[in-house]
Amino acid sequence: MFYFIINRLAQALLVMAVVSAISFSLFNFVGDPVNNMVGQDATREQRIEIRQQLGLDDPILVQYQRFMINVAQGDFGLSYRIKQPVSQLILERLPATLELVFASAIIAVFIGIVLGVFTGIRRYSWVSKIIMSVSLIGVSLPTFIIGIGLIYLFAVYLRWLPSSGRAGVIEIGGWKTSLLTIDGWRSIILPAITLSLFQLTMILRLVRAEMLEVMRSDYIKFARARGLTNRAIHFGHALRNTLVPVITIIGLNIGGLIAYSVITETVFQWPGTGLMFIQAVDFVDVPIMAAYLIFVALLFVVINLIVDILYFVVDPRIRRGGS
Amino acid sequence: MSHLLEIKNLSVNFPSRRGQVAAVNQVSISVEKGEVLGLVGESGAGKSTVGNSVINLLEPPGYISGGEIIFDGIRIDQKSNEDMRKIRGAKIGTIFQDPQTSLNPLMTIGKQLSETLIETLKISGSSAREKSIELLESVGIPDPVERLNAYPHQFSGGMRQRVVIALALAGDPDLIIADEPTTALDVSIQKQILDLIKSLCKARNLGVIIVTHDIGVIAEIADRVAVMYNGQLVEQGTVKQVLQKPKHDYTKSLISAVPSGDQKLHRFTVVDYIDGSEEKVTLENVSDHWLSKNKSSETHKTAISVKDLSIEFSIRQALFRKNRIFLKAVDNVSLQIQTGESFGLVGESGSGKSTLARLIAGLYQPKSGEIDIFGHDVLQRNQKAKTSLIRRKMQMIFQDPYSSLNSRMTVEDIISEPIRFHRSTLNSNETSKVVNDLISFVGMPMTALKKYPHEFSGGQRQRISIARALASRPEILICDEPTSALDVSVQANILNLLKDLQEELSLTMLFISHDLPVIRQMCDRVAVMQNGKICEIAKTDTLFDDPQHEYSKHLLGLMPRMDLFRL
Repeated sequence: MFYFIINRLAQALLVMAVVSAISFSLFNFVGDPVNNMVGQDATREQRIEIRQQLGLDDPILVQYQRFMINVAQGDFGLSYRIKQPVSQLILERLPATLELVFASAIIAVFIGIVLGVFTGIRRYSWVSKIIMSVSLIGVSLPTFIIGIGLIYLFAVYLRWLPSSGRAGVIEIGGWKTSLLTIDGWRSIILPAITLSLFQLTMILRLVRAEMLEVMRSDYIKFARARGLTNRAIHFGHALRNTLVPVITIIGLNIGGLIAYSVITETVFQWPGTGLMFIQAVDFVDVPIMAAYLIFVALLFVVINLIVDILYFVVDPRIRRGGS
Repeated sequence: MSHLLEIKNLSVNFPSRRGQVAAVNQVSISVEKGEVLGLVGESGAGKSTVGNSVINLLEPPGYISGGEIIFDGIRIDQKSNEDMRKIRGAKIGTIFQDPQTSLNPLMTIGKQLSETLIETLKISGSSAREKSIELLESVGIPDPVERLNAYPHQFSGGMRQRVVIALALAGDPDLIIADEPTTALDVSIQKQILDLIKSLCKARNLGVIIVTHDIGVIAEIADRVAVMYNGQLVEQGTVKQVLQKPKHDYTKSLISAVPSGDQKLHRFTVVDYIDGSEEKVTLENVSDHWLSKNKSSETHKTAISVKDLSIEFSIRQALFRKNRIFLKAVDNVSLQIQTGESFGLVGESGSGKSTLARLIAGLYQPKSGEIDIFGHDVLQRNQKAKTSLIRRKMQMIFQDPYSSLNSRMTVEDIISEPIRFHRSTLNSNETSKVVNDLISFVGMPMTALKKYPHEFSGGQRQRISIARALASRPEILICDEPTSALDVSVQANILNLLKDLQEELSLTMLFISHDLPVIRQMCDRVAVMQNGKICEIAKTDTLFDDPQHEYSKHLLGLMPRMDLFRL
């Protein structure tokens, strides 16, 4: 177990090093940062001065080293556009994104597993067939269409829920949450459903496929031959055996939820990191782009590590190598 | 007196697109308490289906289309699912073939046992624990209290099958249906498990139905035997009657197809009653044929020479090397195989025999040691071109004919791939002519070429594998348990084919098997392996008549003595 975690941590460090190198290269390859900072009529001397201030004349390795030292301390520099520290900007917007992702992950995992188990066990019932057909829509429709459709139905036509933004925000100990007010809940429902729909159908289909596979296995047949009840067989024996591959996919998908909340946040004008990233791209705000890249990579790496540790908890066969 | 279980005129149908397929047709058998009934037949005979219909666990869409099943005086074939669930486990226990897969890998065996006990006997959790310990003790598991918290993967195959038996006994049933209970186990374990089943049968006055394809198992354990062929019961009687004086032709050929461990015959007895395979075509002038060209100009007396070969696999990873644990799968093995010889490698599972074959074939890299093929050191790194040329002279035939052929390629593509890859023919016309020759050479019709592997039976697939191996014009053939996935009748055909090929093409053969009678029939010399080491190398006849090493004696002692039942 110890060896395993050390091994994974080393891999994670390698991934982070590569990603940080890529995000550092953004500074040098996505246009000249000085052009982005000064006005059209800046003189040649002013430009040279800024170059020197920013250390852009130093050799590239020196610059990279400086960048890495700063990043390790959580300093991603100033946003070109807003002229505020990038880390502060991200931290401000992070709660919105995390809450959105949390809400949609709960929806996706809970409903996905329940429906997946149901359709796996009652394979031939007409309810399962309807669920499977509807789930195709979730897989195939792009997120922004679903989002716009939901806005039209619930916000414009029925007028039940707000169409955009994040209302009812309260601050508790530095964390700005919208989950404690009714307005906040009303405003998170639509974006959370939109974001979760694709993941939900993925999990549903995966759990169903795994369930079908496991239900064919010898130990399920043997469990039946011992006279166990259907409930014990389905939930005691089958479900847990489907979990290892399902955990992998859920882990990767939660990373995906955070990284790709960009579209949902744009559609619903949700003030999270994704929306900030899109705006940064519009203005070629390289420090924010670079920081976002590192941030997303870090999330994936951490989630993967958690998934690997969860394997140990679920599957005793993997534990064998440990203490 | 009423029987414990009586099956009257049972028929089971499987509806398919081509209409109803009768898997079981008008079968009538009965079992008494304290009696072991053997149900024997080859794959597809419907013997497992009979067992599954008794416990109402037929694979859909199969259904009972006729007949009655009467258990303990009550008709059970028409009971509801819920009623049958209560009978399963509590009245009728079942043991399945593969102990690797019949236990839930994520649950401790204590939990699986007490769960079953609570359900079938309606007892409390704490008394279920005591009863579990008792059960594990009765099936011969040492340290039962400790072992309750172990997971299935922490048991060996034989121990796991004992756990499965304990689980089948948990509800204190009157009847046990054992479906191939020892097929996945080694011979030495097989004997222990059969003895256990037999003694439990007598001690608890159980009725036992043992479903198997192996006449040896029947001879070992059964009181009465029923022979099934193609869904029908062809013969039934006491073991002595049936094995000594079989009445039906099928039974006769089934018994004669079992390879004999006592004397070496020139050919295996071929069972013509069963698998109507095509007659093998003998090529005229094999020496002029494409297959025989490309022989090495220089002849070496020794085909394979292995010296001090070792390989180890890591079974526990750790940060520091001293904490890592390695398994020596092959441990300092040396042997020499002469050109044209048929060399056998025998041992139980885990003895390292397959690993050794894979090392020789170049599928694994050894940790230390030397491998010379036709006098060329294939491990040295500076003569890659020569090594790959030498390696081409060596081909492997694998155990499982189902997974060793690419299911998305036609048979023609499968066989011609090595020819095209090595560019060993002049043009595509010659390629297709060679492929045609090869397919008839292994006894298959030309029409097989356009088909896909799934359209063939196990034996036919193994013939295709052989044709594919021959397509590289090998001089050495490595056969890793080539017939252990096949029925006895088919086995005889395949082994005869291999023997003929070896003679006609003067191949060198490394033949791996756990089956001593097969080794005796196939090989000139044989090496016995245990725990990665070679115990003994001897001429086959010498080994069988006068084994030197303790382990060889032990293995030979376990060989089923079919002669007891022959007149």
